[in-house]
Amino acid sequence: MGKLQKLAMSDEGFIFDPETGSSFTVNQTGLFILKLLKEGKSQEEVVEALTEEFDVSREEAARDLIDFLEQLRLNGLLREEKSV
Amino acid sequence: MKKPYEKPVIFKLKTGFMNKFGGGSYFLKKVRSEIEGISVDELVKEFGSPLFVFSERKLRQKFRELKNAFTLRYPNVEFSWSYKTNYLDAICAILHDEGETAEVVSEFEYEKARRLGVPGNKIIYNGPYKPLDSLRVAVREGARINVDHFEEIADLEQVADELGAKPRIGIRLNMDTGIQPQWSRFGFNLESGQAIDAVKRIAAGGKLELVGLHCHIGTFILEPRAYEQEVKKMVEFAYRIEEEFGFKIEYLDIGGGFPSKNRLRGIYLPPDVAVPSVDEFAEGVCNALLSSLRPGDYPKLILESGRAIVDEAGYLITTVHAAKRMPNGRKAYVVDAGVNILFTAFWYHFNVELDREVNGPAEPCILYGPLCMNIDVVDDMVQLPPLPRGTRLILSPVGAYNVTQWMQFIRYRPNVVLIGENGEVELIREAEDLSDIVRRERLPERLELKWKD
Repeated sequence: MGKLQKLAMSDEGFIFDPETGSSFTVNQTGLFILKLLKEGKSQEEVVEALTEEFDVSREEAARDLIDFLEQLRLNGLLREEKSV
Repeated sequence: MKKPYEKPVIFKLKTGFMNKFGGGSYFLKKVRSEIEGISVDELVKEFGSPLFVFSERKLRQKFRELKNAFTLRYPNVEFSWSYKTNYLDAICAILHDEGETAEVVSEFEYEKARRLGVPGNKIIYNGPYKPLDSLRVAVREGARINVDHFEEIADLEQVADELGAKPRIGIRLNMDTGIQPQWSRFGFNLESGQAIDAVKRIAAGGKLELVGLHCHIGTFILEPRAYEQEVKKMVEFAYRIEEEFGFKIEYLDIGGGFPSKNRLRGIYLPPDVAVPSVDEFAEGVCNALLSSLRPGDYPKLILESGRAIVDEAGYLITTVHAAKRMPNGRKAYVVDAGVNILFTAFWYHFNVELDREVNGPAEPCILYGPLCMNIDVVDDMVQLPPLPRGTRLILSPVGAYNVTQWMQFIRYRPNVVLIGENGEVELIREAEDLSDIVRRERLPERLELKWKD
């Protein structure tokens, strides 16, 4: 089971990592992405979903997803070996 | 209907730490869509980015505040515009129009003031390096010269001989006013007796008339009492040399160094708290003056304020070119204005405003300039929401020292515009192009490239 699957998420954007005891807060867009990633969606699917849900271009969404994944990695929420 | 978009962010929650950047999101998202009523967007459309913008209204207002603060408290004050803080013609012309004389520290600044139409007798000539030729011109044209060292006394005596005149000069003093660092490299030290030696030397030469004392205790001084000390010591010294040598001191030039409402690096208090008002400085200076002077004696008080007047009248518009995520998780942006045109970034954390509302929580960010140089950091700690490419940032105050200390390095220097009191937008310095830079270069013919396109 991947790291993301273990995270506890509230609908308000509160994230708890039971492995480390760290907690996080995400905004609406971040939560939207996290839920999709937890469901095992690919990057392309996430970008697609973002453009359908929000008023954002494909380019901006793709660029921001790269940055968001980087933030997750830096916060230890993505396993290095596991690519999403 | 799609939901409005906000860039995705995640923050780790930390407990048990004080948030030293407290104050909440109220301060973190500052929006400025216009400067003096002119939209930032239109300014950039017409003049490009980055762009320096000066406000004539603010410039005049800051000067009048300073003028009122001192002239209400002392009957004989002269204000002299410190050219080195900003010697753009348009800026100087506004301040000369307000009645300021010119304070220059090189032959270049002297020539620039003369070219603008400032008469020699409205110029104060300071500085540690005054070439002999420039002293000749300054003496002939009746400028106020404040002597920095013994060699300059000799130079002036030579000029006096050549011109058959007795130049009326001042000397620059340095002294302990209770603050650090003590500026001791300019002028003659008071406490060590060097200053009185200089007076003796001038008296012994018999070719110069000592009529003024000058001092400049430092820069960005946050302590009004330092000026009180300065003034008291200058008055005491003036009376001493009058008694011992018969020189009547006609002016006391207390220099400048008054701060602007900028946030110095290393000072956590916001400038509205840390920076005393101009009235507090005026109160200190004028009280010290009136309580040390003899009744009925009102030598001219000269102030050489620069930064305190022009800094807050200047803005820099810059544009977000790219976003980066540092390996430590810190967010960073590449903007199109760097330290090559923003020298004071080394001293201050500017006020950073956005040209539009940007949704999303603010996080600590780094602003990198466009130079391919590691030192090009405009700010290493500014709270910003996630900014889309093309967002414009308005940095202020940037009116002092930047458009004089900027350099042509890697990129061209941008346009500078002035917004007049009636909302007119005028270009006061054109952006550079390649011709400005190569104009003075000479390529020896033997080195010309033979490559074919």
